[in-house]
Amino acid sequence: MKITTIALNTFKEAKRDRVLYLLFFFVAVCLLFSRFLALLTVGDRVKIIKDVGLASISLFGMLMAILMGTGLVYKEIDKKTIFTLLAKPIHRAEFLLGKFLGLVLTIFIMTVLMTAVFLLILFLHTFTVEWKILLAILYIFFELCLMTAVALLFSTFTTPILASLYSLAFYLIGHLSWSLEMLIKKVKSGTGRAALKVLYTVLPDLENFNFKTEVVHNLPLPGKLLGVSFMYGVVYTAFLLLLAILVFRRRDFV
Amino acid sequence: MGRVLELENVHKAYRLGFIPRKKPVLKGVSFHVNEGEIFGYLGPNGAGKTTTIKCILNLIFPDAGRITIFGQDSLRPRARQKVGFLPENPYFYDYLTGREFLAFYADLLGIHGQARQERIGYFLKLVGMERAADLQLRKYSRGMLQRIGLAQALLNDPALVILDEPMGGLDPIGRKEFRDIIVNLKKEGRTVFLSSHILQDIEMICDRVAIILAGEIINQGYLGDLISEKVLFTEVIISGVPAAEFDHLGESVSTSGDRVLLKVYEEEKIDRVISLVQQKKGKIISLIPRTETLEDIFVNMVKNQ
Repeated sequence: MKITTIALNTFKEAKRDRVLYLLFFFVAVCLLFSRFLALLTVGDRVKIIKDVGLASISLFGMLMAILMGTGLVYKEIDKKTIFTLLAKPIHRAEFLLGKFLGLVLTIFIMTVLMTAVFLLILFLHTFTVEWKILLAILYIFFELCLMTAVALLFSTFTTPILASLYSLAFYLIGHLSWSLEMLIKKVKSGTGRAALKVLYTVLPDLENFNFKTEVVHNLPLPGKLLGVSFMYGVVYTAFLLLLAILVFRRRDFV
Repeated sequence: MGRVLELENVHKAYRLGFIPRKKPVLKGVSFHVNEGEIFGYLGPNGAGKTTTIKCILNLIFPDAGRITIFGQDSLRPRARQKVGFLPENPYFYDYLTGREFLAFYADLLGIHGQARQERIGYFLKLVGMERAADLQLRKYSRGMLQRIGLAQALLNDPALVILDEPMGGLDPIGRKEFRDIIVNLKKEGRTVFLSSHILQDIEMICDRVAIILAGEIINQGYLGDLISEKVLFTEVIISGVPAAEFDHLGESVSTSGDRVLLKVYEEEKIDRVISLVQQKKGKIISLIPRTETLEDIFVNMVKNQ
């Protein structure tokens, strides 16, 4: 119950900060880019619209997760609102989870709105609704949840600017780490290979949530792959939250 | 009388600077607060008052020592179940209205439905904020924030209310009203822990005090025990008699018109002043014996340290 109260307050704060206005930017980017890129590209115009739409949802969601997530806890400490809050009989973990869920709720609502706009634009071009596209968006949302946990973790011990840089680095590493997997296959077995394997296990692999190509080009999506990706998201997010709670539990609010 | 709050040998040091260096802030603080009293925690700026309060509320963790609230270890959130807290210069979510702000804290405390509405209404009235209840907190003045902050601290019907410099930044009327509210809290059976560097506030309303200086408690006890009843001097204001007439009886501090302010140090000389005034057909405007104040004790202690 306490977690819900904090989560709803976080959502209210985001709403009053006019974060949802980002939606207008999304619509503008979607419409403009899909028109221009379609003019410049030879091929299927609808595929371009799908590509741009999915990439935009991912980009705007990521911006929200990183920029808002990194300020979540820092702002409370900086504005000293945390003093009265934690003086109440609540656990620090409840506070942190409430903040996390509040931002996830904000991102969820934003994603739903962006998806609605995106499907409408698509419908105006094809006069059909492709439900499969929702699957790609669902996995984008899982990735956004994970990134929110990353931003929250950094926000428990450093300033928003540094936390944003760290989160961005995490995001870039996460999307490039799949190349390590390729490298592992090419390296002969031995210490080098073992080291690469450890590195690949520790580093995040956010490509696990990227089903954009499969959806846009109508490629098959095996259920097992979807299941593994989902579990990867849940476990990694839980691990990050646990780490954030551990850092936050013993922190002094001077 | 039970002990509501107890601190035993609490130490805390902050690590400051690029290459962290330990700076001790609390050096073995011990005191206790009894049930039903107003306890004054007195010290100059930077003495460690707010750090002590943050340790009590678990906002920072002591390096050593033990703190118990109602007999429970302060590290357990449950220990704060019956505690209300108003921080110094309260900062709140300024995008909420006064009513929403109280509703948020009521929800956190598990007060819902009709009880929540009733309680919010009651406390808004108590702190005199009914008319501004639907205004966003960013539009509140400092005094208004202090009041709504107090309402927030009282929402859970606390048995112990911790107030950190509650009267700082208030105008004289606001301070008087706040003082009345604090005295009322005591009448309702609550224990009040009040930190301040404004001595008059503490002197007027506190039962017991502890004085902290540079992280150490240098004195504590009942106000009556700390302040002696001994008269230091008597201030007499006289009109109609020239100051020169009293040269051998006391020290004339100032004259304004035909009024003279005279400081008389020996008690037996007071009768002689009175008879002299009668003899010269003058008037005694006032006669006030000045006993030792908390301020005198405080200044002496700070000097001795």
